[in-house]
Amino acid sequence: MNWDDSMPMVSIKDVHKAFGDLEVLKGVSMDIKKGEVVCIIGPSGSGKSTLIRCINALNDIQQGSILVEGQEVNDPNLDKLELRKKVGMVFQQYNLFPHKTALENVMMAPIRVLKQSKAEVEKTARALIKKVRLEGKEDSYPGELSGGQQQRVAIARSLAMNPDVMLFDEVTAALDPETVNEVLQTIKDLAEEGMTCILVTHEMNFAREVADHIYFTDRGVIVEHGSPTNFFDEAKDPRTKEFLSQIL
Amino acid sequence: MNQSYYNGFNSRKRKQEYKTDLPVMITPEVKEPGSILSSLSAYIFKPWHGFVILFFCMVSSSIAFGVDDNAKSSIAEVLWRWMPLLLKGFIFNIVISICAMAIGTAAGAALGLGQISLNKWVRRVSWFITQFFRNSPWLVLLFFAMFLLPFEINIGGLAIPLPDWVKAIIGLSLPVMANVSEIVRGAVVSLPSGQWEAAESLAYTRRQTLWLIILPQCVKRMLPPWMNLYAILTMATVLASIVGVSEVMTLTGQALAAEGGRTDLLAPFYSFVLLIFFMYCYPIARWTVRLEKKFSVIG
Repeated sequence: MNWDDSMPMVSIKDVHKAFGDLEVLKGVSMDIKKGEVVCIIGPSGSGKSTLIRCINALNDIQQGSILVEGQEVNDPNLDKLELRKKVGMVFQQYNLFPHKTALENVMMAPIRVLKQSKAEVEKTARALIKKVRLEGKEDSYPGELSGGQQQRVAIARSLAMNPDVMLFDEVTAALDPETVNEVLQTIKDLAEEGMTCILVTHEMNFAREVADHIYFTDRGVIVEHGSPTNFFDEAKDPRTKEFLSQIL
Repeated sequence: MNQSYYNGFNSRKRKQEYKTDLPVMITPEVKEPGSILSSLSAYIFKPWHGFVILFFCMVSSSIAFGVDDNAKSSIAEVLWRWMPLLLKGFIFNIVISICAMAIGTAAGAALGLGQISLNKWVRRVSWFITQFFRNSPWLVLLFFAMFLLPFEINIGGLAIPLPDWVKAIIGLSLPVMANVSEIVRGAVVSLPSGQWEAAESLAYTRRQTLWLIILPQCVKRMLPPWMNLYAILTMATVLASIVGVSEVMTLTGQALAAEGGRTDLLAPFYSFVLLIFFMYCYPIARWTVRLEKKFSVIG
């Protein structure tokens, strides 16, 4: 594949997506470079989650193109498994596997999917659990962990696949206010290490602090985008202004 | 009026103190006697009462019929004499139920997985087979197996005989298969879709997702309805008597005939059969309830 680091890691062009008659995305385009942190914000139902779920082909698109490291996602012959090995995803509802311990949740995919050796995977898995500050919780089942802890296990589970891009779909939306920060801190650590991150979030302060670029979507289109300072302080579009005035 | 506070009206008076005009706060009056009755029965009616009632039936019917004719041996004596044979018959019922359950579960699991297959035709055919056998009377399926299966099959020159009891097992395993198929499908569908999505996003294949993530979680959900089905199947094994398999019902009939068709023996003998089925199935039912409670808490 003719792709190198200088080209966008994820390149989205004129993406259209409809559920039945309901058009959710009406021509969305954005480029995300390697190591960049991008936040997508906007009112509910504006297609934010749908958009990032299209990036790892959890949703298919009707029109347009999504390139992940040069690989076309909108292609009937797409090797979804290869794509998903490169793209990690963390969900709002954590979606940990409840019948497995935290450590097993992290270890399963590298062993079963990437066919790595168990001893090696265990070493990296323990390191990842330490990295998300959950040492001592390796043998706990998801049901025994708080929401914030579960979400950090979910992040570790995704990182264990050693992805090139991480997608975060409103990962703090289901959390108690006091556990939100521990998850945000984990994501911040990741961003600072140079992980390419695409986040859908309602945490404006976090977006301002961490993001390199912010996209504001409304009714299936990108209304405005820019650097955090430009976006938050000098928003031009009335819709953006209205949204920001409500939320800040 | 205030004097009555310390007597039996006490609780009722207290309730009236909380009276309110808000419709949501008013406790419906009609419920009161019902709730008292149900709470009473919850305290008073215990499982062992079932045995007491059954024994009462047996003893009272024995007295009613037995007193007038002293020349015949007593009912207890006759029952005691036949008991080993009847119990042997009952063990045969258990064997039939276990075999039918095993075959039905294996076939039903495959059929249930077929119902969630990505292949449209596999899905449709599995669905049709499931619905067909789930909505057919068990007895008709039993007759179907009895009269349509050959008495022996030839596999590569080797003749395998198919006695009636084997046919009965096959006949009974058909509805079990269909019900297990629905249990499997229901359990898989009842899992939150997030589990599938999480597995997909981690690049698991569909097969891996099913076997490593979905089905292990389903086992817990499937166990109570599966045990329920087993208890129902066990009770249905007596249907085999209609097609001549010598299980407990057939043997009871034969024993009664051998005793010269004494009408005073009917109730004790059939009560005995009821009792042994009760003793076998009731613990399964209790255990199922306990598992259901346990799993509903953990989720």
